[in-house]
Amino acid sequence: MTATVTDHDNAYADLLGSDDAHWAFGHLPEIQQGEDPLAGVDTTVPAGLDPAGLAAYCLFLGDDALVMSHRLSEWCSNAPDLEDDIALANIALDLLGQARLLLSRAAAADPSVVPALPEGSPVPAEDALAFFREARDFRNVRLVEVPHGDFGHLVARLLLFATARLAAFERLTAHADPVLSAIAAKGVKELAYHRDYAARWFVTLAQGTDESRRRLLAGLTEVWPLQAELVATYDVAAETGVVLDEVLAAAGVDRPAVGPMSGHGHTEALSRMLAEMQVVARAHPLGTW
Amino acid sequence: MNAYAVAAAVTDPEMPMLTLEDLGVLRDVRAEGSEVVVTITPTYSGCPAMATMRDDLVHRLSEAGYAARVRVSLTPAWSSDWITERGRAALRAHGLSAPGPAPRHDGPVALNLLPTRRDATCPRCGSAQVELTSEFGPTACTALYRCTGCLEPFEHVKEH
Ligand SMILES: [Zn+2]
Repeated sequence: MTATVTDHDNAYADLLGSDDAHWAFGHLPEIQQGEDPLAGVDTTVPAGLDPAGLAAYCLFLGDDALVMSHRLSEWCSNAPDLEDDIALANIALDLLGQARLLLSRAAAADPSVVPALPEGSPVPAEDALAFFREARDFRNVRLVEVPHGDFGHLVARLLLFATARLAAFERLTAHADPVLSAIAAKGVKELAYHRDYAARWFVTLAQGTDESRRRLLAGLTEVWPLQAELVATYDVAAETGVVLDEVLAAAGVDRPAVGPMSGHGHTEALSRMLAEMQVVARAHPLGTW
Repeated sequence: MNAYAVAAAVTDPEMPMLTLEDLGVLRDVRAEGSEVVVTITPTYSGCPAMATMRDDLVHRLSEAGYAARVRVSLTPAWSSDWITERGRAALRAHGLSAPGPAPRHDGPVALNLLPTRRDATCPRCGSAQVELTSEFGPTACTALYRCTGCLEPFEHVKEH
């Protein structure tokens, strides 16, 4: 029989018609301004604030969110059940949103932090910062970059991270930069949900079976040495300690008897993670997504 | 139709039963020279619907004959308290449970180790016998519930 073969022999072609607007990617919106998460926001740095200092601080806050978000997104389809899979994806999405705002804020405050890209590259500043910097230029703390372990490890790490970040963001709502204070005010509402989620799971696993408690404690012992750098960087040792003690008491768990991890900078894990995260963007510096 | 009415009728891409006005995302519509400037505020930092909202606003206003620009305002941060009564009714009519009052705090945000207590009722049968399945639902702004009366699962728009 002489089949009427469509152009690309594509059985779905008729379903789609000629309108490309249903694609999330590969469709060029007519309104290019739509991509910058700070589009339409006044990003003038207030007098009296050092733009380079503000940019460096926003980079650190943004990098922590970006790297933690990536680690959490690795849990997609791997969580113990569907509800937690969705919860972790939601938390990762909140943090990715914070990262986009903060990296954009850093770039607007001090454009010199943005890596140079080939002439004509359409890559926005936030993407240039996320995908075209080397590991040594990332400012994140080590807690967010170490590879994920089991669910007990995840709960311990998320509890430490969300507790410190929430305390820092509560304080940042009074920051002299109105953009950073606005990002923090939004973030506080999100991080409160993240911290409660991790804290409830922490207590549940600690008070659950011998096996769940054993694995939670193993995870906690593994991430605990990275807590000192976290709270020092966010300058929230006191606030964080109060909340953690409340969770540990409810869970019947003692602070692990392990000291802080020495050194600074990054572990090898960050380079490996970035290699995966950045490979597609780097292969196509002139690509439009 | 005036520009405000056009902008106010644009719907949320993820919860199309809500207009941007009813969701509380639409903050201001004003003429600036020959342009209409629409101010919106994001719900969640990572809300993937923002770009679509922006595009939809510009498209709909342009269809109505207005040259429009969208401005994003981050302060004050969006609150679920801004969802209008009409919006809450629309949520219930479409099987979603509307948020209660958003939490307020003067001091540090209190740790909450127990499941959030809400006066939610089942949008299908009206039963108050409902249980939380997860604080995180299929979109950033919803939690998952189950009615123990009629056994149907439903989404609750979170207090924020
Ligand atoms: Zn019911």
